[in-house]
Amino acid sequence: MGYFQMSRLALKWALTKPPTSRYPFEPRKVIPGSRGRLVFTKDNCVYCTVCAKRCPTGALLVHRAEKKWAIDRLRCISCGYCVEVCPKKSLELAGDHAAPVAARAREFT
Amino acid sequence: MSPDAIDIVPLEALLERVKEKRDRGCRLVQISAARLPEGVEVTYSFDLKNRLSNVRVLLPDDGTRLPSISAIFGCAVLYENEIQDLFGVGIDGLALDFKGKFYRTTVRFPFGSTKAPAPPPAPPAATAAAGPPQNTN
Amino acid sequence: MARTVIPFGPQHPVLPEPVHLDLVIEDEKVVEARPSIGFIHRGLEKLAEKKDYNEFLFVAERICGICSAIHGQTYCQAVETLMNVSVPPRAVYLRTIWGELSRIHSHLLWLGLMADGMGFENLFMHSWRIRERVLNIIEATTGARVIFGVCKVGGVRRDIEPDAIPGILAELDSIEKDMRDVTKVFLNDKSVKARLCGVGVVSKQEAWDLGAVGPMLRASGVAQDMRTLGYAAFSDIPVVPITRTEGDCYARCAVRCEELFQSVEIIRQAFNRIPPGEIAIKVTGNPAGETITRTEQPRGEVVYHLKANGTKHLQRFRVRTPTFANLPVMLKILPGCDLADVPMIVLTIDPCISCTER
Ligand code: SF4
Ligand code: SF4
Repeated sequence: MGYFQMSRLALKWALTKPPTSRYPFEPRKVIPGSRGRLVFTKDNCVYCTVCAKRCPTGALLVHRAEKKWAIDRLRCISCGYCVEVCPKKSLELAGDHAAPVAARAREFT
Repeated sequence: MSPDAIDIVPLEALLERVKEKRDRGCRLVQISAARLPEGVEVTYSFDLKNRLSNVRVLLPDDGTRLPSISAIFGCAVLYENEIQDLFGVGIDGLALDFKGKFYRTTVRFPFGSTKAPAPPPAPPAATAAAGPPQNTN
Repeated sequence: MARTVIPFGPQHPVLPEPVHLDLVIEDEKVVEARPSIGFIHRGLEKLAEKKDYNEFLFVAERICGICSAIHGQTYCQAVETLMNVSVPPRAVYLRTIWGELSRIHSHLLWLGLMADGMGFENLFMHSWRIRERVLNIIEATTGARVIFGVCKVGGVRRDIEPDAIPGILAELDSIEKDMRDVTKVFLNDKSVKARLCGVGVVSKQEAWDLGAVGPMLRASGVAQDMRTLGYAAFSDIPVVPITRTEGDCYARCAVRCEELFQSVEIIRQAFNRIPPGEIAIKVTGNPAGETITRTEQPRGEVVYHLKANGTKHLQRFRVRTPTFANLPVMLKILPGCDLADVPMIVLTIDPCISCTER
């Protein structure tokens, strides 16, 4: 009884293709609708700083005078709150993820 | 739940009230403390047949100590140690006293008042040594 | 007999999170267990004074990485009570669906850890393989895998399109079949039974007195489940608490196994009945007043005590997580058990230490 349940399961999976992917060699499948990298479209931004004020982790920095928008990728938790509050719809969460980085830095745009 | 389901009792009546809850077969759901300008408000929530009832006491900031209910509800020990560590409230008669080492916080009493915790009462000398919570780092 | 003190944790192969126990051992028996926690106190409750109530939702969701969905939901429910907001029914159903999906993934995670704890690596891999499929559904519907981030005060942020529902249901059917295979091993396998039966027994009275919650309490025979309070969509979808009477590790494992299928059933019913319409309403103003909100998490009852005074910051935010309530029971059953059974007992309370300390 007991023993064979596991053996059956183990045997079945020994004969099937592994459900895991060989990650670094095979890129991860992007699931549509996933909240990933924050994408900024410069064209319609009015540098109102709303996104920077609302961001719960303080990942964004907006200079109104110099017209600069910056993000600290390691701080961003992809929550999408900035996307929601932006009056000009110049922010968007893409399905893919930002490339790995080793140090904390602000990306200026 | 509206706040009127909360029973505000004077500090002296607390143990008696809690005992009553225990006799009725209630389960201790939680003890929560909140910092008010005038002191610390401690709320005891009990559950019986999925109905919540609360007992609340107000501890003024003048160093009043809270009696422990751990002799009535054993599981209260953890909650009381938490309150002791975060609010700097002195608690008498804890069944298991972590002496301020329950949480290792950088700020001594994150929710505490600016005043130092009250010295323990003198009479029971043995327990007094275990008195005020100490959190050094 | 000489006594030995063996430190257990904070880093231990069976512990996913740091908790430390000083086990006083006599021969091979534990005679006393002295806990010490507080390694990962993050001060989230204090943070409520810095973040406004909308932003704080993101903090509340991060109290726990596994029951995140239900933390978010409970926080929103509590704030909505304070603000007298009634959420559109579709949003309520969506929250329920995501809550149950998170229960399934949490229980599968736990089953895997349990198998790992008793050295049954193969079973561990299978539990997590199935969990991965649940996470894929979650990612496709909410956009994230463990921190869903879909609840907001006044509703939810995303909708599940009606066209997507049959696909999800079909996937769930197949997941259910997979889960049957794995839970059969947990419930019937001889070696699993030998490891769990009769270990760490808590009687009904003891469990109640010590304030146990969730599967821990239900495994001892108390039919208590906060979902019977009828929050969210549970007012339309009745939930019958799953109980066992043995009160040992095996019973707790069995309760969680059965709850997997109960959750699948709830999700099916919720998809059947989900009403069309709005998914969120606009909320303006600031919360004021006080509330104590309770919901059922995978690990048991969670209590949110919120006090607000009409400003955008909450005056007091306090959470009592299920593990906090289950710790006293664990400390109660450890004395008297074998040293080799300690990992099993510690694991069966489904310890989630980060959320205990917040
Ligand atoms: S909220 Fe939108 S418009 Fe305003 S600064 Fe941010 S990105 Fe630009
Ligand atoms: S997605 Fe969230 S964390 Fe990231 S920048 Fe926007 S608001 Fe900040």
